[in-house]
Amino acid sequence: MKNKAAIIFLITALSALLTGMLFGLFAALQYLIPEFLKELIPFHKMRPFHVTTVITWIVLCATGSIYFYLTQIEKLKLFSNKLMKLHLIVFLITGLGIYLSYIFGRMEGREYLAFTPILTIPILFGWLLFGINYFKTMLKQVKNWPVYYWMWGTGIVFMMIHLTEAHLWLFPYFREHVIKDLTVQWKSYGSFVGSWNMLVYGISIYVMARIKGNDAIGRGKLAFFFYFLGLTNLMFGWAHHTYILPTQPWIRYVAYGVSMTEWIILGYMIYDWKKNLSQTKKDSYPLAYRFLVTTDFWIFINLIIALLFSIPAINFFTHGTHITVAHSMGTTIGINTTILFASLLYIVSKISAFSKKQETLIKRGLWGFNITLFLFFSALLVAGAKRSHWMYAGNDTSFSNMQDSLFWVYMAFFVFGIALTTSISIIGLPILKKLINSLRV
Amino acid sequence: MTQKTKYNFFIITILITLFVVFNGLIYTSNENENPIKLTEQGLHGQRLWQENNCWSCHQTYGLGGYLGPDLTNVYSAENKGPLYIKAFLNSGVKAMPKFNFSEAEKEALVTYLKFIDSTGYYPNYNAKFKPNGWVELEYKNEK
Repeated sequence: MKNKAAIIFLITALSALLTGMLFGLFAALQYLIPEFLKELIPFHKMRPFHVTTVITWIVLCATGSIYFYLTQIEKLKLFSNKLMKLHLIVFLITGLGIYLSYIFGRMEGREYLAFTPILTIPILFGWLLFGINYFKTMLKQVKNWPVYYWMWGTGIVFMMIHLTEAHLWLFPYFREHVIKDLTVQWKSYGSFVGSWNMLVYGISIYVMARIKGNDAIGRGKLAFFFYFLGLTNLMFGWAHHTYILPTQPWIRYVAYGVSMTEWIILGYMIYDWKKNLSQTKKDSYPLAYRFLVTTDFWIFINLIIALLFSIPAINFFTHGTHITVAHSMGTTIGINTTILFASLLYIVSKISAFSKKQETLIKRGLWGFNITLFLFFSALLVAGAKRSHWMYAGNDTSFSNMQDSLFWVYMAFFVFGIALTTSISIIGLPILKKLINSLRV
Repeated sequence: MTQKTKYNFFIITILITLFVVFNGLIYTSNENENPIKLTEQGLHGQRLWQENNCWSCHQTYGLGGYLGPDLTNVYSAENKGPLYIKAFLNSGVKAMPKFNFSEAEKEALVTYLKFIDSTGYYPNYNAKFKPNGWVELEYKNEK
């Protein structure tokens, strides 16, 4: 392959997914045997490893996919190949720096961005390089952008805004005021998820359009209406995280008003796409198609939870429990990961076809993925419901007793976690092998 | 630039303008905190809270990890309070690692948790539920 940087982004992303799941299993082990290896791999150190690594999967896979589409599918001439390579090098070195900061205990950051804050500068620089390359390439060569180009551009810009906003606590004005600080922190996290969703959902629409063989899905008025609705959510729809904070009531009112409509957006688009897809096109890209159908199922499940979350009276009881974790696992694994796998399978189909045996293995892996994710997700819902019950109806027992009573639920969560890791490995390893082989061509 | 592109830019400009105003209001909004802001000692406690990833296992206002209990009101909770907090810090019970905080560091963490406690309630047991799904929180300064 002529341009290898995009593939290296994808290989790093897949490696991060497989490693990140292992970190997650080690962290989950602490729920079962709290005393076990707690000095060597304590939860408070394993969790940042897990979270950073799986976020890396989403961000790098989206980035690599976009570079690949632009250069290999759309055959656009990048504004600068050197900038793309520099972007890759900056991210790889920063990634290494983040792990070193974790290994040596330099975790001055906060939840989701626990690394030492100085490392945010090269991350921002990397996004800036991506932004320059993207906009310089697209503005010069493409007129009348379909919606996915808008979404990718928006995602890149808001990634930079989010990263900056997430570090406002470095200024005393913010960190001295705890409620404001927490509000801004969680506002930026909402924007973070919204930003990567712009990249990932844009990818799903792109892959759908390519499978279908025409761009109508990304050019209609409805597509743009949903894009603007998504952008509104990215900007203003974060506050369901902070319903419970004693902020000014108007902040909470706005949040309730905007609520989470993002799932309706993508769910409708996939439904509409599937409805109009001919059997021939489905057969041309069987694996990518199957993963997008899976996305549809997980959108449906998470849509119900997301809509319930947006009602403060329900949010009141689910907030601060594993139900929130179930929702975030359902969206990052069930939705984002299936879309990104669809993207990878589409990319691999352009490089070298899978053998029948490999295809069968991936299809079985997908079945395993769906079943184990559903069980994993259900275990978290049960744990969350029990914790909520303890918080509001059983507070005469200690926290420790409540945790002990959840032992078998955590055991189920751990066992299903192992099964989910296995299923994802069954899907991911053949893709990883194909991508690595493509570098040798 | 096509007409459609201009139209898209117009909508984005409106949204960004609203976003800037909204951010400005959030960043400058008043709070219900008493005292108004963290002291030097409280900021030291906050720094320790971050550097030791306390948020990985513990929550404040239900935000954080789930391995340990929420600590929003641990300072004022019945049978808990500053001595209880200090006793736990270096104890290494269950999944909690054995930290080696000095007395000054323990004091700083207690001050930080005392400040958080002064900002509100979590869980907010006296919140009022409205028929439209809205929840009116009880604020600390209402009492």
